[in-house]
Amino acid sequence: MSVDNLIEVRNLRQTLSGQEILRGVNLDIPRGETVVLLGQSGGGKSVFLRHLIGLIRPLSGSIKIDGEEISRLSERELEPVRRKIGMLFQDGALFDSMTVFDNVAFPLRERGERSEKVIREKVAHSLELVSLQGQEKKMPVNLSGGMRKRAALARAIISEPSCILYDEPTAGLDPIVSDTINRLIRRLQTQLKVTSIVVTHDMISTNYVADHVALLREGRIHFTGTLSALHSSTDPVIRDFIEGRSHEID
Amino acid sequence: MKFPYSFPVTRAFCTYLGQVAFLAGETFTSIFAGRIRWRLVLQQVDEIGFGSQAVVIITGAFTGAVFTAQTFFQFSALNMSSAVGPVVSVALCRELGPVLTALMVAGRVGAAMSAEIGTMKVTEQIDALRALAVNPVDYLVVPRAVAMMISMPLLVGECLFFGIIASYLVAVKLLNVGSVYFIHNMWNFTHGKDIVMAMSKGVVFAILIVFIACQQGLNTKNGAVGVGRSTTEAVVISSLCILIGNFFLTMALNIVFPAGAH
Repeated sequence: MSVDNLIEVRNLRQTLSGQEILRGVNLDIPRGETVVLLGQSGGGKSVFLRHLIGLIRPLSGSIKIDGEEISRLSERELEPVRRKIGMLFQDGALFDSMTVFDNVAFPLRERGERSEKVIREKVAHSLELVSLQGQEKKMPVNLSGGMRKRAALARAIISEPSCILYDEPTAGLDPIVSDTINRLIRRLQTQLKVTSIVVTHDMISTNYVADHVALLREGRIHFTGTLSALHSSTDPVIRDFIEGRSHEID
Repeated sequence: MKFPYSFPVTRAFCTYLGQVAFLAGETFTSIFAGRIRWRLVLQQVDEIGFGSQAVVIITGAFTGAVFTAQTFFQFSALNMSSAVGPVVSVALCRELGPVLTALMVAGRVGAAMSAEIGTMKVTEQIDALRALAVNPVDYLVVPRAVAMMISMPLLVGECLFFGIIASYLVAVKLLNVGSVYFIHNMWNFTHGKDIVMAMSKGVVFAILIVFIACQQGLNTKNGAVGVGRSTTEAVVISSLCILIGNFFLTMALNIVFPAGAH
């Protein structure tokens, strides 16, 4: 039985500043599931994620979103594809000249929504989903790291994308806020039925949100499988990653 | 033949010119395609036009005043003090007004544009725009370009107006040049084409400032240091381009609007 994949990546290669970051990545993302991409810091996970929304063009290889090849599309041709995908950036990337309300309303206004009543209702609903009610008038600079990420997530989900990309959603957050974000990712998946791709090196987050796991190592996918398959693996590379062993001598 | 392509400075210069030209091309394509966000244009007109008025008025007034005084000191020795009015007004219209306004706007607005867009670049806000299916050129550059092309000619006109008023006050009230001679000679020797030339230069300088500043901002790298470098380079490069471009503009526009002739 063939699996219904929302995203299919084949032989993706990328070089940045003369260094080969991705050396032929092959990965399928099944529709409606949460895939966690694990890997060491600086291993190319975020670079891979940025390819999926066309922020970086591949050196070679193929990226299909909903069956459409996007690797050769121009910026303007990518716009309809980007409307299907929401992205949570590592630091939120909120527009610092706008309030939380205007940040979250931004995608609606840009897509032609003119009714302020509709905008207010949708912004309130999105902020409620991320438990950020009552913060509408604040500027991003006045928010904590966790609140910034939740506001950015509200902005990413307001136009109801079929897929959400999370770039290190729990990086730099305390365990309590990280847990809030993890629960949020899970809740969005169950409530909105979106496909999620989470780039992280946080095993607690992985255990909470993942349906499938992929491990990126030395520019290639070293492992793909379910969360239980990851934990039952005897591969020393995977064991080291799960158990956080560096093999460095003191 | 490898030279001059192998010469790094030449290559960097050509790359830079290409980037600015590409940005300008993309911006004008969007403008002609009607992808203009008028609300943002109005915000920018307020920022660029209204926000620059004090600077431009002071620049125009004191340039007119000092140029009048200096011209009077030289001309009065030749008994030509009645020529002060036309000399100052023509010089202000054809050269000083547009160039000094552009230099002040480059320092104030060009720096702000480069810093704002550069900060957005290094904090991933421009990537966020792209991820939200919003073209950064349409959203950031087009409103600034349209606002600059509207504001600059008006600012140049304002600079000329206050320069000439200051010139009149200094010449007539301070240096005792005859009011009738001043106004009559200025009226006779200053033509509509001189003002059109000033406005034309204003539009060209607006285009230079906006694309240089936005290109610097959009290509900012390396965090806060990069933002500082982009801002400085935006001001330096646009100021140099204004001064160099002014020479070629003067030569070209003098063919279209010859000096002195009616």
